[in-house]
Amino acid sequence: MEEFVKSRINEVRKGDHNAFGEIVEIYKDRIYQLCYRMLGNAHEAEDIAQEAFIRAYVNIERYNINRKFSTWLYRIATNLCIDRIRKKKPDYFLDAEVAGTDGLNLYSQVKSKEMSPDEKVAKMELQEIIQMEILKLPEKYRSVILLKYIEELSLKEISEVLDLPIGTVKTRIHRGREALRKQLRNI
Amino acid sequence: MGQCPVNIKEYMHEYLDGEISPEHKQILQDHLAICSDCQKHLHELEKTTALVQSMSHIKAPDDFTLKVIEKLPKEKKKVGIKRWFSHHPFLTAAAVFVILMSGSLFSTWGDSNQFSVTKDPNIIIENNTAVVPEGETIKGDIVVRNGDIRIEGTVEGNVTVVNGDKYLASAGEVTGEIEEINEIFSWLWYQIKNGFNSIMNLLAGL
Repeated sequence: MEEFVKSRINEVRKGDHNAFGEIVEIYKDRIYQLCYRMLGNAHEAEDIAQEAFIRAYVNIERYNINRKFSTWLYRIATNLCIDRIRKKKPDYFLDAEVAGTDGLNLYSQVKSKEMSPDEKVAKMELQEIIQMEILKLPEKYRSVILLKYIEELSLKEISEVLDLPIGTVKTRIHRGREALRKQLRNI
Repeated sequence: MGQCPVNIKEYMHEYLDGEISPEHKQILQDHLAICSDCQKHLHELEKTTALVQSMSHIKAPDDFTLKVIEKLPKEKKKVGIKRWFSHHPFLTAAAVFVILMSGSLFSTWGDSNQFSVTKDPNIIIENNTAVVPEGETIKGDIVVRNGDIRIEGTVEGNVTVVNGDKYLASAGEVTGEIEEINEIFSWLWYQIKNGFNSIMNLLAGL
């Protein structure tokens, strides 16, 4: 798979849009999901995820072909999300609420297998709560928790995405877990 | 929790990360057996990670890729043309064929910009004009390119003038055909006819 991506990147470097489209298809769900969980808002998530891919295209010359492409992409997306969070800090709580409603719309689109309507509602509500609690985490904890538990990256990959020593990544995961524990223990 | 080991929380996280050493694991296990508070704490941490992991996977909107492509800086023209070729191999082959064909045609046409005439010791050259002197007899065909021919003697064969004029003196005589070619399409026709004739001659010789 990485080999396929790398052959496509050589075409992208010649300016081929279609080759880049194939790369977007491979990573769009992962990147969109990370942005959605980071920002808690479908509209913003789409905006930032698109921006991440456009930046990857424009800066493709700066990508080191010997490293994992997904790591580089996650790095661009994470940085854009953190920038966006910092810019919108003042209306933080307002956004969290918007996030809840947007989440509802999204989840109702997700087809769940063999679940009764009651179970669906219960699951929806639980997911909404978890998402809202994640949004309450400071962004430095939010990013590591999402990269680890939603995107399932290894500690080493997370340290490359965030350009932090592994020790720092571990500390942040521990603190993030502790903060979430306090928020979620009564569910 | 006054009697809890100092680093017990850290050991819990090491355990959750799957990176706990046997010594730390032993300390943690021994302590959890006697401390319900720490048991509860670890249980809550485990529940927290399970809850986060239980979140549904979200997919990007259907038109996501299309929207990204639309926003990219313009594609270089060269790439579009290259891709068109790789998607239309038959047309590409046809195009290559046409290019090679016309290439060879034009190179034949262009190469012969210089004056040339069929070699024969009896033909005299005067300023881009081939002269068949009075009283001389040339046996065989004569082709003159980019020049004129003046026939005062006799030619026992065909005379062809490409990009030039022929002057037949009253005393001159050509037993075969005399032809003047000035346009590229006549040149092409001449080439084809020549090829056809040589095939016919070949067949006749069999």
